[in-house]
Amino acid sequence: MIKVEHLTKCYGDVTAVSDLSFEIGDGQVYGFLGPNGAGKSTTMNIMTGCLSATDGRVIIDGYDIFEEPLKAKAQIGYLPEQPPLYMSETPLEYLRFVGEAKGLRGGELARQIDEVVERTKIGDVKNRCIYALSKGYRQRVGIAQALLGNPRVIILDEPTVGLDPIQIIEIRELIKQLGQTHTVILSSHILSEVQTMCEKIMIIARGRLIAFDTPENLERQLSSPGEISLTTEAGEEEAREILSGLDGIDDMSFAPAASGLLSVKIRTGTDNIYGLSRSIFFAFARRDRALVEMALKKADLEDIFIELTEGGAESGEAKK
Amino acid sequence: MIAVFKHELRNYFHSLSAYVFGAFLLVFVGIGAMRYNIWAAVSNFEYVLSFGSLVFVVIVPVLTMRVIAEERRQKTDQLLYSLPITTFQVIMGKYLALLALYLIPLAVISIYPLIFAHFGEVYLPTSYGSILAFFIMGAALIALGMFISSLTDNQGLAAGIGVAVILFNYYSVSLSEYVSGSAFGSVVALLVLILVLGAVVRYITRNENLAYAICIVLTVGVAVLFYADSAALEDLLPDMMRALSLFDRFNTFVNGMFDMTAIVYYLSVIVFFLFLSVQSLEKRRYN
Repeated sequence: MIKVEHLTKCYGDVTAVSDLSFEIGDGQVYGFLGPNGAGKSTTMNIMTGCLSATDGRVIIDGYDIFEEPLKAKAQIGYLPEQPPLYMSETPLEYLRFVGEAKGLRGGELARQIDEVVERTKIGDVKNRCIYALSKGYRQRVGIAQALLGNPRVIILDEPTVGLDPIQIIEIRELIKQLGQTHTVILSSHILSEVQTMCEKIMIIARGRLIAFDTPENLERQLSSPGEISLTTEAGEEEAREILSGLDGIDDMSFAPAASGLLSVKIRTGTDNIYGLSRSIFFAFARRDRALVEMALKKADLEDIFIELTEGGAESGEAKK
Repeated sequence: MIAVFKHELRNYFHSLSAYVFGAFLLVFVGIGAMRYNIWAAVSNFEYVLSFGSLVFVVIVPVLTMRVIAEERRQKTDQLLYSLPITTFQVIMGKYLALLALYLIPLAVISIYPLIFAHFGEVYLPTSYGSILAFFIMGAALIALGMFISSLTDNQGLAAGIGVAVILFNYYSVSLSEYVSGSAFGSVVALLVLILVLGAVVRYITRNENLAYAICIVLTVGVAVLFYADSAALEDLLPDMMRALSLFDRFNTFVNGMFDMTAIVYYLSVIVFFLFLSVQSLEKRRYN
């Protein structure tokens, strides 16, 4: 559906995207994940024909976006980071303009407008001035605009930024529905969002693609360690002695906890974190020392993300 | 293109600028008609248009300031880039919408000579010839205003630059009598122009070497010309200022001649600025 080959974009001396290649198939939700300034928006702008590339090609459904821009663009609906709305118009007037510009006329135009208004649930506000709409509704109008003309690919640049939690849930719901009929690509710097919505994740940092897989596979590939934290009535010396007899513990740290208990944090690189916790449990039990609390923390996408993007510490920080 | 045209037209009627443009044009031409045709009882409608052309200095920038600047400010230009239409179609749609707006007050003005003809002798061919020239001159100024609007995302700045440029153009013929006609004066003026051109090239392309190269080549060219044939440079600056004046050419029509070269000149100005506007929009994709 979409093929990006060796895409490079330089702004003067700054390279925003460097030698990016990937291929996207049909009918799924793809997440484009990366810290701020990683080149997500730049890549999306190039894919939608809003920006030229310094080098490389983008093929949309067989059409090169630079060679045959009109045919390629007809396959794409795009919602930029800031929804491109004319504030003085009503959503209906706005959608009519976009629909006409996409080549829809007469009955077909009216039918499609009704359909996207229905899908994005903006029927209540369609005759109000966009200026007076909340950010959530404006975002919906932006998505409605992208859906007109029935494009096969919908590209959404940070669609949930600046929305309140309820609006975020609604927009996510909408995007999931769109994923059933369209190929959806959305960018985000929020992991949990991509994790819940997308079937495949592309991680991009400093203009390079560093991972492209399903969320589950990414977690599986993980080399980053897990963590077990426990609280015990044993003293520090005794706990150290008990734990040192076990395999798979990379590192441990001790700290006094409330009511004379001891809290221990164990870092481990083992694949079988449950096996390790089981042997910890029995090791303490054999010495007749109770574990009053034990918690496992498996490394999640957050850790993968930090691990992958932390080539330069500054890009990792920029994320927050 | 039709979608952009309809959209622009609707936008103008939503906002005030179209009404301000039309009202000012009608008021100014109305005052002119009263002064010349009624009080002074002159039967030539052309003089009214000559008088009325001054109002373009204000109303053209008011009309054109938002046409592209506002798209950039609202970030709706991203929508235009991502839609399956070309930049040329966007510019043409916008320009034709502006022309359509301009035609509305002009249609009202076109009735005046007929009204006056009821009360006396009015030579209609020169009246309507001038109205046609008035339309084409205004169209050229609107193309210029649109290009200025495409350079910035600030409407106020676009209007300010527009007023300054059109005002300078209006007075350039009178000013040309005050500037030095000597060959050396022309050289100085050319050097200033070269520097300005270099600055513009640098601003648009963000390529310093290209700007310096253009400046150096042109400066050498001027220097060679000055030493080889300094007589050729005499009166060059005043001539140039006269040649650039859009308003000066309109006076030929007022004097009762239908000057085809002037029409061609106006049309070239229109094509030139529309071309630059398209390039200015295209350039945004490359920065």
